[in-house]
Amino acid sequence: MALPKRIIKETERLLADPAPGISAIPHEDNLRYFDVIIEGPNQSPFEGGVFKLELFLPEDYPMAPPKVRFMTKIYHPNIDKLGRICLDILKDKWSPALQIRTVLLSIQALLSSPNPDDPLANDVAQHWKENENNAIQTAQEWTRKYATA
Amino acid sequence: MSSGSLSDDDFAGSSDFDEEYDSDDGSDMEYEQAGDVGFSDMITEKQRKKAYEVDFSVMPLADILSAQSSASNHVAGILGVTLDQAATLLRAFKWNKERLVERYMDNPQEILDQAGVVLEEDVSPVVKRPKGFVCMICFDDSSSGPALALRCHHVFCQPCYEHYLTQKIVEEGESRKILCPESGCNVVVNEQTIKKAVPQAVLDKYRKLQDRAYVADLDILRWCPAPNCENAIECRLPYSSFTSIVPTVMCSCGYKFCFGCGLGDHQPAPCGLVKMWQKKCADDSETANWISAHTKECGKCQSTIEKNGGCNHMTCRKCKYEFCWVCMGPWSEHGTSWYNCNRFEESSSTDARDQQAKSRASLERYLHYYNRFANHEHSAKLDRDLYTKTEKKMEEMQRTSDLSWIEVQFLKKAVDVLTSCRMTLRWTYAFAFYLAKNNITELFEDNQRDLEVAVEALSELLEKPIEREKIAELRQQVLDKTVYVGSRREVVLEDTAKGLAEGRWEFFTEFAKV
Repeated sequence: MALPKRIIKETERLLADPAPGISAIPHEDNLRYFDVIIEGPNQSPFEGGVFKLELFLPEDYPMAPPKVRFMTKIYHPNIDKLGRICLDILKDKWSPALQIRTVLLSIQALLSSPNPDDPLANDVAQHWKENENNAIQTAQEWTRKYATA
Repeated sequence: MSSGSLSDDDFAGSSDFDEEYDSDDGSDMEYEQAGDVGFSDMITEKQRKKAYEVDFSVMPLADILSAQSSASNHVAGILGVTLDQAATLLRAFKWNKERLVERYMDNPQEILDQAGVVLEEDVSPVVKRPKGFVCMICFDDSSSGPALALRCHHVFCQPCYEHYLTQKIVEEGESRKILCPESGCNVVVNEQTIKKAVPQAVLDKYRKLQDRAYVADLDILRWCPAPNCENAIECRLPYSSFTSIVPTVMCSCGYKFCFGCGLGDHQPAPCGLVKMWQKKCADDSETANWISAHTKECGKCQSTIEKNGGCNHMTCRKCKYEFCWVCMGPWSEHGTSWYNCNRFEESSSTDARDQQAKSRASLERYLHYYNRFANHEHSAKLDRDLYTKTEKKMEEMQRTSDLSWIEVQFLKKAVDVLTSCRMTLRWTYAFAFYLAKNNITELFEDNQRDLEVAVEALSELLEKPIEREKIAELRQQVLDKTVYVGSRREVVLEDTAKGLAEGRWEFFTEFAKV
């Protein structure tokens, strides 16, 4: 099936005018599949890290949300060990007026402000709530260990 | 406006449920009274509801529609909003009119925002494309077709709107609250816009979903689960009472089911018990039970072994380990005392034996009840075949005797009674499985046995071939037995229902609520 105009335009804009700290490049053989890189935001436990993600636009995009997953290991209460992300706009709060760019910006924001009250990785969230400093330390260690080239 | 005048309205007012439920609790008393009635009161007793029956009414689809529109009408009148807006508000409040009006009077704007309603005089959702407009869904700036926007003024082109709404309605089955496609916008897409944007088939689906949501949102309503039946049943008993009442209802389509859990009629067993029983039967926990009762593990490779011959000299087929079935020790140590294991009385062996015996006893107990439960289920299926046979028999009777069509109806009636009795019997076994052993249980089992004996007698009678000269006699027998079986069933149901209401039964386990 031909690629919808929306996806073509979105891709063009992403490449021409990328958001700071974010890059998303489509695969040549599958223009619905993107290799994404998000830099760990400053003043977050993920600062200095470079995180790889995969993003896929399903058949009914933009009516259905894109599928996004972390490929780099990350210690975060809303991201599980398979890299799945707990983010409302990727689920029931999805709107067709949202875009790849807005989704990736939201994920970047999620790195700045983890939300242990709505956890995906229960053990990490519990760690975060019981001893935040210690949890942040672990997150920093993981960032150093897994997210630096 | 006083709230009293609101509750005068039809049921859709569904006003203050809690209050109604509280007053309904009097039903317990009703049962007790029924139990005290002496013979002299037989006539009044007859008119009274039986202990195992509950009050309910059947609502055809038309009534469900009119209940919604009359509730919307009423609210629209009070709040001064359009019908569509009133319906959206009501949906946000699960059709609780009273609470909606009360909360609305306190803070109208908050309620409107919550429900996603924008009050503005009704204008068509179709707007002209603003200059340089690019739809934020398709990014298409070349076409010039129509565009739509709600009162929040988020404009999207018509094809995108249609696509979006179709996705929500057809794919996601959403109807209660479809929001403006703009991210974070909480305005509900009104029916007028949906009508404008989607084809008739999708609109029909949307309306159907709304009816479904209406019934689902009200605790006092439940759809009849029979295929192709579009009725709902209204029953005002609170869910919390379903541990002591089995709310069997019958739709006008003839289907009998439980209002509490939606399964087919399962009197006399309460929903919680049914759920547990079904789980037990479906679980492979009983398989595990069987395995532990009938098998042992190889002492060397842990393979599960079933003893299929008389000799205690076992050889594991997998690892060739030779051992004694009785003491599980290696066979080589038995020396010459074969077939007479002298280590049998050792305490570890005794323990193992006790464990196995206990497990076996509990399995046998379960199987006792399960086999009878399954048997009645199976027989009920066969009884359905009996229906067709009975029809043939009825024709035959009309031909071979001077009985008229109306006079041979007794056979059909008998099969009906038989089927419903089998369903009841079936569940009495699940019920009995969970009963603790005591005198009351024995009385229950006596009643159960009487019903079972009567059912089997009637079943036998119906399967007999017809002898021409004995038709009159057979007819009398079947009639008598049918009445008798029916009354035995009533005894079982009355007794169990009263027992549940009084908390008389002692179960060896607790049931969760529905």
